[in-house]
Amino acid sequence: MATTNLAPTALSAGVSTGSKAPRPGTKMKSFYPSWFFIPAVALYVIFFAVPTFASFYFSLTRWDLFESTFIGIGNFVEFFQDPQLLNGFIHTFEYGFATSAAKVILGFFLAVILTSPVVARGYIRAVIFFPVLISTIGVGIMFKSLLDPFHGIVNGVLGVFHLPQPGWFTDPNLALASIAAVDVWKGVGIATLIFMAGIVAIPSEYFEAAKMDGASSWKIIRTITIPLTRPATATVIILSLIGGLRSFDLIWATTGGGPGFTSDVIASVIYKEYQAGFFGLSTAGNVILFIVVTAIMVPLSSFLNRKAVEL
Amino acid sequence: MFIRRTASRAIAALGATALAGIALTGCSAGGSGGSTSNAAITFLAAGNDPASIKTANDLVTGFNKVYPKIKVKVDTRPAGTDGDNLIKTRLSTGTMDDVFFYNSGSLFQALHADTTLQPLTNQPWAKTLTKDFKATVSTSKALYGAPFGSTFDGGVMYNKKVYSQLGLSVPDTWAEFISNSQKIKAAGGITPILASYGDTWTAQLFVLADFANVSAQDPAWAANYTANKAKYVNPPALAGFQDTAQVKSLGLLNKDYASLTNVNALKLLATGKAAQYPMITVTIGNVQQSNPDQVNDIGYFAMPTAGGNSHATVWEAGGAYIPKTTTGGKLTSAEKFLSFMLSPAGCAIQNSASLPAGPYATTNCTVPSNAPALVADEQKYQDAGKTGLALEFISPVKGPNLSQITVQVGSGISTATQGAALYDQDVKKQAQQLNLPGWN
Repeated sequence: MATTNLAPTALSAGVSTGSKAPRPGTKMKSFYPSWFFIPAVALYVIFFAVPTFASFYFSLTRWDLFESTFIGIGNFVEFFQDPQLLNGFIHTFEYGFATSAAKVILGFFLAVILTSPVVARGYIRAVIFFPVLISTIGVGIMFKSLLDPFHGIVNGVLGVFHLPQPGWFTDPNLALASIAAVDVWKGVGIATLIFMAGIVAIPSEYFEAAKMDGASSWKIIRTITIPLTRPATATVIILSLIGGLRSFDLIWATTGGGPGFTSDVIASVIYKEYQAGFFGLSTAGNVILFIVVTAIMVPLSSFLNRKAVEL
Repeated sequence: MFIRRTASRAIAALGATALAGIALTGCSAGGSGGSTSNAAITFLAAGNDPASIKTANDLVTGFNKVYPKIKVKVDTRPAGTDGDNLIKTRLSTGTMDDVFFYNSGSLFQALHADTTLQPLTNQPWAKTLTKDFKATVSTSKALYGAPFGSTFDGGVMYNKKVYSQLGLSVPDTWAEFISNSQKIKAAGGITPILASYGDTWTAQLFVLADFANVSAQDPAWAANYTANKAKYVNPPALAGFQDTAQVKSLGLLNKDYASLTNVNALKLLATGKAAQYPMITVTIGNVQQSNPDQVNDIGYFAMPTAGGNSHATVWEAGGAYIPKTTTGGKLTSAEKFLSFMLSPAGCAIQNSASLPAGPYATTNCTVPSNAPALVADEQKYQDAGKTGLALEFISPVKGPNLSQITVQVGSGISTATQGAALYDQDVKKQAQQLNLPGWN
């Protein structure tokens, strides 16, 4: 009994301190003295708050690690004049929305299949989830060799059947789409898992009643499964869109933004600025990325969550 | 009770040891003003690849034969731009190794040498350096670097056997080069010109290795470029971008130009499956590793140019530097290390550890007689006085995206003029960062 009581009290004490309650300990009795929070707060301030505010300052300077000169909004002007940036923005959105949509659709249907009785269900579930566990860089290097236009296994197999053998990562028109496909392969397992949890949570009486009334499988999916997995859908959209907009590691491991700049996204543009030693400029880029991702995700998240509540 | 007392005693003992350690360190630091110090130093290698590590270890082994009491610990670092950042971070935080290898030229200029490095102007070996090399590791105030490794040239590496089989002669004009390439293509089975955009840096060679030709036509070009007056979008510098585009549009490249890597391209060149490769000759070291029997099948000619009279573009040796944070006994040890590197024993290690790809920047070291054949080809341009330094050694202005831009031009994604204009815009950031006059 003691344990069940403890958890909520400790939680509410934590919340009250966090949300500027006038005096923790007066209204709600805290189990711990408030100086217990000092280590956590100190770590947070030193490693998160200070660097964040420092980065806002450095984004306004020309900084080469040795010295910084204040140049106002010069970096932001420079960044927006950069022809690669617009390019990077477009690719980021294409990539983010394409991978997110594919993960939602594929993930949903895989989840429907894998929650119904199919042969070797456990095995297929494991296979679909497995790529999530591999390091992204590892996935990138693996696919770079699998999809090598001349020595890769994929084109080797295509060649046997006399099919065209495209340069997956080297054709400027295909590179971004190929990376997006690999991203979906790697990430769809998480989406499937979340959808499966959502589908399993739907009371089975609904399905039984629908079947009794003679509804087709398609109709059941459309009128029961899709509406009732809306919270899961919202989670998948938010997670995959944030991941897609910030994506960098897979792109860097496969094409490095190339050929030329044809698969550059904002994150890789920023990374290259950093590599080149333009620390002020790349910090400004990160501030921009932060603002853009926030501007998209905050309204989207509140929209999706409101819908979820209305259900 | 007993346990607690023992524990606290143990802690006290530990504390005493730590204090003693501090006292000892303080002692040695204080006593290092003496001339006979043998302070241990650390040494940061030029990368973390096997060749760099072996070179560093060989140097330390050789050094310890002469100075057995000075301990040298070898550290490694990533190569490329990640390495650039590591060097800058360590210098700016005062945690740099006592001796480190790094590029000369424009990358050296970005280190703020006057505030971060120890001047080496008065070292005995300073007099033996070539004027060109001195300029690439000096500021207006002092000399900061010792040369490590040989100079090397950029231009076209070619397979001599293929050339003699097809009865071709070394081209001087761009038209001759293209005509040679078309004859090779017509003969069939051999790739006329190699491109290896799987390693994007290799795409820059038509532009970078053409620079001696640009300088020959307009000696003031580099100075005007630094002053924001000369641009790549105009001739003569535009030629490098046009060449990059033309070899693709004429279909003279290998089919896998977009994914081939440098090491594999060199293998194709060495085995005669390809005839010509725009490259820097320092890569002959890789051929020595992969195809030791074919090293001497590879020759060199300078980047051909429209008007003929082609000049060889020369890259200077890398530098060895000592940071300002190294003082006292460590500084003495570090200086001894550099002197050893340029001594006959050190030169022997340089010759064995990395294949010389051109003449040395110090008169202390000489290229051995068994140097690769292309070194003799480079020497012809030296003897005729038809050489010029690469742009990165005479102007601090180098944009970060030249690799990607030349890949775009070389793959036909954008035109030569578009690429050149994009690069002109790209270098602006670097010039502003360096606070050069005329760019703000």
